[in-house]
Amino acid sequence: MFMFTMLKQKSGSNMEIPKSFLGYKRENGRAGTRNHVIILPVDDISNACAEAVANNIKGTIALPHSYGRLQFGADLELHFRTMIGTGCNPNVAAVIVIGIEPKWTKKIVDGIAKTGKPVEGFHIERTGDIGTTMKASKKAQEFVMWASEKQREECPMSDLWISVKCGESDTTSGLAANPTVGNLMDKLEPMGVHLCFGETSELTGAEKVCATRGATQEATDKFMKTWNDYNDFILKEATDDLSESQPTAGNIAGGLTTIEEKAFGNFQKIGNCKFIDVLEPAEEPTKGKGLYFMDTSSAAAECVTLQAAAGFNIHLFPTGQGNIVGNPIEPVVKLTANPLTVKGMGEHIDCDVSKILTREMNMSQAGDELIKTTLRVANGRLTCAEALGHKEFVMTKLYRSA
Amino acid sequence: MATDIIIHDKKDNVGVVVIEKITPKQDCACWIMEDDSSTKIQSLDEIPLGHKIAMTDLNEGDTILKYGHDIGKVVKSIKKGEHVHVHNVKTKKW
Repeated sequence: MFMFTMLKQKSGSNMEIPKSFLGYKRENGRAGTRNHVIILPVDDISNACAEAVANNIKGTIALPHSYGRLQFGADLELHFRTMIGTGCNPNVAAVIVIGIEPKWTKKIVDGIAKTGKPVEGFHIERTGDIGTTMKASKKAQEFVMWASEKQREECPMSDLWISVKCGESDTTSGLAANPTVGNLMDKLEPMGVHLCFGETSELTGAEKVCATRGATQEATDKFMKTWNDYNDFILKEATDDLSESQPTAGNIAGGLTTIEEKAFGNFQKIGNCKFIDVLEPAEEPTKGKGLYFMDTSSAAAECVTLQAAAGFNIHLFPTGQGNIVGNPIEPVVKLTANPLTVKGMGEHIDCDVSKILTREMNMSQAGDELIKTTLRVANGRLTCAEALGHKEFVMTKLYRSA
Repeated sequence: MATDIIIHDKKDNVGVVVIEKITPKQDCACWIMEDDSSTKIQSLDEIPLGHKIAMTDLNEGDTILKYGHDIGKVVKSIKKGEHVHVHNVKTKKW
């Protein structure tokens, strides 16, 4: 049914895939592709203090965001899961947590501390921004100097946790860039990597075909329940329909006509893999190696932030018209098959697979190129998005606060 | 020979332009990825990179097939060789 199956069988793999990469081994047995010391604000009003600390102590990074006050129920649970998961990500060496009050700050510190990595919390009430900034800066300096001595070591490929998401898609995405990611998945899945795709909304139109890719009936049923819940929500909330935002103006300019067309293009990213489980947003996978589906928005920064919070340590992002998203802790590798995007905004593209369209490169060769790029980035090469300073950290909010 | 249009699946009734643009009356070489076969078509419209061309005549209500799957319905009849996009095709979802 899918063309890359045929192409893969015809040409096979053109290179021997490396068995290892150079990563940072963490206390809990995971490995990171980066070695960040993060300053994590618990809530919106602690952003200023977190940013002041990151400004004082070079080599640390603050992750400001917009939420964390008066949330409740599932929305609050998701907030904590995202905060704790971000701190636990193996790309993070150590964490400073800063919140307005002690209770929620401690909850996040305790969650991160389970990994065994250095983490310390500070709360602003009774001390103020200036005093808290001083105390937290002293600890941040200690952490960053400690982390700076960490060395990369040889890690098995199975220590790679790869998440994927596409954006500003056009028809070249479905023709070439997304199937290139699918080809990589087909080749790396047998090596024991963790894989994750999401975008519940952008599978609309292909949801029944996607459901057949559940590795078990349980996984299939869980996927359909997740998709139906989302669709019911859209039908309930939408004043008109989603055709104003799906496909997006950029998608339409690139030639995509309907959400169904976009969905089948999107779906090419998982190759011939089957998903073993369906994850809540930011939920850490627990069923071992293999492909997972995560219930996420299709907004790029929200999706990548959730996948990073679930522990994924490198991200592949195929684009058509040229999405430019990055993430502060999970490097985002971009690829495109659109020659106009390569020509016009090449500084955002880590891997150019436009030669698939001229048939100068087949899908297997493109998959090999992407594996090479992925490993270079895993070993430390900066992504375009990192070099350009993209660090979009965007929390998903389920509903309004109390 | 250079490829102007790529078609995913043999069943598909649309193809995707993969050169910067095709012009009216252009004889285009098409490649069908599924079985690595080739075909030809003459265009009626100017169609830019990434946009779709009708491989057959299509009537209102017909289903557009791409990747071998239903991707929407024809809302304004389309001639073989014409540009297929939001002006003549709509989703079946809403």
